This record gives sequence, C-alpha cells and structure tokens, in this order.
Amino acid sequence: MSSDESSAQWLRDLAGGGPEYAAAVRRLHELLLRTALYEVRRRPTTVSGPELTDIAHQAASDAMLAIIRKLPEFRGESRFTTWAYKFAVLEVSNKLGRHYWRNPPVRLGDADWDSLPDRIGIEPDAQAEYAELLDAIRQAVRTELTDHQRRLFVAVVVNGVPLDALVAELGVSRNTIYKVVFDARRKIRAALVANGYLDDIAVGRS
Amino acid sequence: MSNQDIVRQFLATDPRDVGCDEAMEVLHIYVEAADAELRFPGVAVHLAACGPCSEDFHGLLAAVTRDA
Repeated sequence: MSSDESSAQWLRDLAGGGPEYAAAVRRLHELLLRTALYEVRRRPTTVSGPELTDIAHQAASDAMLAIIRKLPEFRGESRFTTWAYKFAVLEVSNKLGRHYWRNPPVRLGDADWDSLPDRIGIEPDAQAEYAELLDAIRQAVRTELTDHQRRLFVAVVVNGVPLDALVAELGVSRNTIYKVVFDARRKIRAALVANGYLDDIAVGRS
Repeated sequence: MSNQDIVRQFLATDPRDVGCDEAMEVLHIYVEAADAELRFPGVAVHLAACGPCSEDFHGLLAAVTRDA
C-alpha cells in the first residue's frame, strides 16, 4: 500500500463507524503512545520514572482527541501518520512545560543576571573583557523595554526558563512569548548600536 | 569571534522568521519535504532560532524516521 493509499485508508476508517473505526482508533493510539514515550525519553527533563510514562500516556490520549476533532482539517499534504504524530509531539512539549514549575530553579520575576554571560556564550575567563557590553545590555533591558517585554526577556533569555513552561504559567501561546522576546532582542540591539556599543552591521539577520 | 560578534549573534533577529504558529502549522509538511528549506525559508529560519520549535521538529523527524 503506498503512503497515499495508507492515508486514505486511515481517513476512511476514522470517518466511518463500526469495527473499522474502533480498530483504527486502537491502532492510532498505539502509534501515538509509541511516539510520546520515545519523545518524553528523548527530551532533557527532570521528570523520570512512572511519572514520565504517565505524561506520555496523557499526551497520546490528548493527541488522539485533537486528531479526531481536527480530522476534517487534514488536507493530505503529508502522510496522515506524520500529521498525527505532530499532535503527540506538541502534547509532550505542552505537558513537560507544565511540569517545570513543580521544581523551578528560579522564580518568575527574579533576574539571574550572573547567568547572562553563560547564556550569551562567554567563557568565564573572558567575562571581564565583556563587562562594559554586559552592563549596556542590562541598562537597555531596564530602559528600553516595556514591563511586559522585560519580564519575558528576563525569564526566557536571562533565566533560561523554557518557553513552554511560560506558556503553561501565563496561559498565552508559545508564539506570543516568542514574538515579545524577538522584539525585545531587536530593541536591545538597536540601543547598543545607538549608544556605540555595537557596530550596525547586518550579519544575515537584522 | 569578537566580543561584538558574540553579542550580535545573541541579540540577532531575522525578519524572515515566521514565528512559532506558522512553523508548527506546516511542520508535518516541512519534515517530509525534500526541499523544505527552499519551500519554507521562513520556517527554516525560525527552526534555527527557536529552541522549543526545533525540539518539536526533531521529535517529529525521529517519529517519521522510525516509520520509514
């Protein structure tokens, strides 16, 4: 059976009723669970043991519900199973993000500025050399960003809080947080250029 | 790499970056496409810049690779 025939078969079985539907749901759930189990073990996380297995089971079940609900949106632009696996992968991200707050290394709102050189990728023995630039970044964070931008920039970039953990904590989308941090980076960079700390050179990105 | 280059890279943003929503919307197509970076350049830029979306991409890639 070609991949397209296989996708069409999945759609037929899941759209109908009766034993074909029940068997397809069972088969698909097995595939989603296999994907979720692999995924929770592949990702770096502090969760382990039965709890990790439980997260995978929850992710597979929630992915299954989402797939059935969104089945009419599948347009055949990929194999059906690829489209379906995406739901399992995204559910794992979502659920692991929620677990971050059970034992967070820093609280939301605190700023771990001592970690900034490490986040930027500056070696410990070179940090004195960067002191002026680091101060300029801290100053730009204080003066150039809105409260909202500052809060999210500090959380994501300075403190290293995972985006999906913030999604769970703040109840906003990953895209919303990403865009806020994106704009914050742009504003800080513009301030550093305006104040002579950085040359205004395009390096593939702007 | 100079001090300036390291900080510039740290603060880099690319206007072609489509963001998380658009990248996730087409991730299942992107992961199967032989010419994904040409067909979806803004998604390629995003996946290079966004850690969580890149993680999702690699998770999906691993899943479809196991099926192959």
